[in-house]
Amino acid sequence: MSSLEYKVDLVYELTSKELKARYKNSLLGYLWSLLNPLALSLVFYVGLGVILQAKVPPGENYPYFLMLICGLFPWQWLANSVNAGANVYIGNANLIRKVAFPRELLPLATVLNDLLHFVACLPVIVLFLLLAGMRPSVQWIWGVPALMAAEFLIAYGLALAVGSLNLFFRDLANLVSLLLQMLFYLTPIVYALDWIKQPLLRKLIFINPVTPLFACWHDLLLKGRFDGGYFGLSILYGLIALVLGLAVHHRLKGKFAEMT
Amino acid sequence: MAVVEFQQVTKRYTLCDPLRGGIKNFLFRFPQIIRKLRQNKFTALDGVSFSLERGQALAVIGPNGAGKSTMLCLLAGVLLPTEGKVHVGGNVCPLLELGAGFHPDLTGRENISLNGVLLGLTRKQVRQRLGDIIEFSELGDFIDQPVRTYSAGMLGRLGFSVAAHLDMDVLLVDEVLSVGDASFQAKCMDRMHKFMHGGVTTVFVSHDMPAVRALCPDALWLEKGRVRMLGPSGQVVSAYLQSQAESHA
Repeated sequence: MSSLEYKVDLVYELTSKELKARYKNSLLGYLWSLLNPLALSLVFYVGLGVILQAKVPPGENYPYFLMLICGLFPWQWLANSVNAGANVYIGNANLIRKVAFPRELLPLATVLNDLLHFVACLPVIVLFLLLAGMRPSVQWIWGVPALMAAEFLIAYGLALAVGSLNLFFRDLANLVSLLLQMLFYLTPIVYALDWIKQPLLRKLIFINPVTPLFACWHDLLLKGRFDGGYFGLSILYGLIALVLGLAVHHRLKGKFAEMT
Repeated sequence: MAVVEFQQVTKRYTLCDPLRGGIKNFLFRFPQIIRKLRQNKFTALDGVSFSLERGQALAVIGPNGAGKSTMLCLLAGVLLPTEGKVHVGGNVCPLLELGAGFHPDLTGRENISLNGVLLGLTRKQVRQRLGDIIEFSELGDFIDQPVRTYSAGMLGRLGFSVAAHLDMDVLLVDEVLSVGDASFQAKCMDRMHKFMHGGVTTVFVSHDMPAVRALCPDALWLEKGRVRMLGPSGQVVSAYLQSQAESHA
């Protein structure tokens, strides 16, 4: 029952359930995964780019709108996974109370589901890059999967921890969505890392575990540059998140059925 | 070697988590709440012991709140005992009540794969048995309709049909057969007899005393978390019915 083949099958079934169920009753279906970050990009473009006149520094040759796209799509994956992860055990209470399947696979399916939506959005991101006159880079071919691996580790670790804890403190789901909004502005998404002029802040922002990851996304997609140092730091943060998530989950999973 | 064994199993729940009374309550009544947290335990099972051999069928009866469902959860490995030891050898299949574990928006067919894998089959095994499962359910063309359109009886049929095609050593049944019509109930009973002859150990929780007598040679009467009586189902059921009648009078 706990062989690897079985676990892979279970993850497959749980993920395809979420994939099928998410847009089952909506007309636009998968397009919503595109429309959300695109609309958000537009909002920030109008708010920051047009009204506040945020400008890409001289020497960098990409439009501000493109930067928003390259940051907001990966952010949508992370934020959706962690937000959904917070409620994944409560939402599947009927299963938790009846069947003793490996619980850590439920948030895994949630994160994989959002990962697949992100993959489905990649052609659109590339299309925008090409339309803006960017030259495609060979670095993308292995850089994108590498960054996705790092983001997956972070998202899964956080989803596991938050989902487990939320069973015991139901306020956490609300707190998490608030913290994610705060984290959004403390991460180089609507601005580039280089735009931070205060030296102290420039250092402090790396306390945020997703700063190096999003700096990597910007570098890779906008400049065709893969920053090994930031990538290594992202993986390190990812592993810490995963170990932490697994530890919290392992500690609490025995009481899941009583708390749902 | 017993397939299922309970050794002095006790299960306590913490009652009404005061943290959920809101932060204001928590801050202003801190000492009381800590005291409450310590004392506010409910003992659902209290020193329960029994064991089952391969192929044995045990009915668990008792009034509401006696601890029957807690016992099934412990058997399913979903809950851990507070004290004592629970031993279950082999694959356990909890027969899910009324399509718990079904996703309402997925079709019957899609739910069969999901449920089959959740209950321990690989996807390949589900594919091989899919035809049999659909045929057993007698749902016909409804199998490709979303499960939210199903009636209670149809959900029960689908759930039992999946369970009937699993590889299991221990079957847990919690009052699920009552929803089907007479002919489907007979089919389920028939299938459960087959399981027992095939060496599946069964624990059957029910308020349906004729079914208990027909299906299980032995019965365990739980009351307030303790074993009130354990023995041949005929005797246990009569004693139970008598006590129910007396408490009513």
